[in-house]
Amino acid sequence: MCVAVPMKVIEVDDVNCVAEIDGVRKTICVMTLDDVKPGDYVMAHAGFAIAKVDPATADETLRLMREIVESEERDR
Amino acid sequence: MRYIEEFRDGKLAAKLEQDLVREAARLARAITLMEVCGTHTMSIYRHGLRSMFPENVKMVSGPGCPVCVTPVGYVDMAIELARTPGVIITTFGDMMRVPGTSSALQKERGAGKDVRVVYTALDALTVAANNKNNEVVFLGVGFETTAPSIASTIIMAKKLGITNFSVLCAHKVMPEPMEALTSGQLKLDGYMCPAHVSAIIGEEGYRPIAGKYGVPCVITGFEPLDILRGVIMLVRQVADGRAEVENEYNRVVLPEGNRKAQAILADVFVKSSAVWRGLGPIPDSGLAIAPKYEAYDAAKKFGIVEPPSRENPACVCGEILKGLKGPQDCPLFGKACVPENPIGACMVSSEGTCAAHYRYGAGALAHA
Repeated sequence: MCVAVPMKVIEVDDVNCVAEIDGVRKTICVMTLDDVKPGDYVMAHAGFAIAKVDPATADETLRLMREIVESEERDR
Repeated sequence: MRYIEEFRDGKLAAKLEQDLVREAARLARAITLMEVCGTHTMSIYRHGLRSMFPENVKMVSGPGCPVCVTPVGYVDMAIELARTPGVIITTFGDMMRVPGTSSALQKERGAGKDVRVVYTALDALTVAANNKNNEVVFLGVGFETTAPSIASTIIMAKKLGITNFSVLCAHKVMPEPMEALTSGQLKLDGYMCPAHVSAIIGEEGYRPIAGKYGVPCVITGFEPLDILRGVIMLVRQVADGRAEVENEYNRVVLPEGNRKAQAILADVFVKSSAVWRGLGPIPDSGLAIAPKYEAYDAAKKFGIVEPPSRENPACVCGEILKGLKGPQDCPLFGKACVPENPIGACMVSSEGTCAAHYRYGAGALAHA
C-alpha cells in the first residue's frame, strides 16, 4: 500500500500535474506539494504526489556505492 | 526509470552483503531488527534478501500493513453501509477481500451491492459528482502516506460543495505503535522505518524511540540496495552503541518531512485512539475527522459505531504483528488460512507477513 512510483513531471496546473514513467502518462494531484515544476521528479502514491525525488542525491548514493566496490576491487 | 534499475544492481548488492557481514562480525551478540512496513516485508521476501542477512542479524516483520491491521469491526461497518439503500462504497482494491465477521466487500459486490474500486480518493469524489442521488462513501484506510490524499479530497469536496460524499475513517499513524512495541515484550535492537510514511512525517516522529528507548531508527527506501544499506546502518549503530535516527532514503525523505502534507493532515484530522487488528487499541494511534469537517464523516452521517472485533482464536497474527512469532508458528498458516481465503490479518493483504511468507517463504524459512 505504501508503494509510490517516481515519475517525471511534464506539465503542471493549479491542482494537478501530468507525470510520466516509461512512456505512461498519468494525471497526479499535487495539492500536497509546493513548487512542482516541469522536469521535477515526484513520488506518486495513489494518484497524489507525496514527495519530490532528488536525482542528484540518488546519483550521489549510487556513486558512493560504486566507489566502495571499486576501491575494494583495487585492494584485492 | 533508471534509479529503480540501478538500486537493484546485483553486483552492488553482493558488495553490500560483504559490508553487512563485516559490520555484523563486530556485534557482541545476536540482534533483532524490525521492518515495520509491509512494503519492506514484501520487498525483503521478493528479492530474497533474508538469505543475505548474517546469522546473528534477525529481521522480524511489524504491524505496518494498513490493510492487515484494519479491525474486523471496521469491515463490518463498511459492509453495513454497503447494504444501506442508495449508498455507493468506493475503496482501494486491497480492502475488497478483508474478512469481516461474516462477509467481505467482495462478497457484497457479488451479491449485487454497489462497491467500486478506485485508484485515487479523488476518483471517489468524481463518482459522487456523477451520482447526485446516491451517497458515496470512501473507505479511508492507510497510514501517513495515504492519509494526506484523503484529507486533500475532503478539502476538495468542501471547496466544490459536494455534499453526497463522506469518508469512513480508519487512518492510523506509525510512530505510536512502534513506541508501544518498543516498550512491550519484544526486545528490539533497531527499527527499519517506513520509507513513504517518513516522506510525510520526516525524522521527528522517531526521535522518542531512539532517544527515550535507545532503539536505533533508520529510514530506509524500498529498493533492494536501500534495504541492505538500511540494515548495515542499523547494525553499525548497534555495534557502535549508538541510538539515533538516520536517513538512508534522503533522495526522497527530507529531515522535516512534507510540511504541506502535515498541515493538511492537521487541518482535517485529529489524533484519536484506534483499534489495530491483532494488537488491540493503542492511544493516539488513529486519525479521526476533525469537527470542522464532520459533514464528511460517514460514521457520524449514518450514525454507526464500530462493533467490537471478534477474531479467530487460533490465529496468531497479533503475536506476528508484535514480532514475537512467525507465520510457521500458526496452526492455520497454509492450511485453513491461505491468500485465496485469508483468516488472519497477516494473510489479508499481499503485503502481510503471512502472505509474503506463503508466496516467497520457502527459501527464507531457515532464517525466519
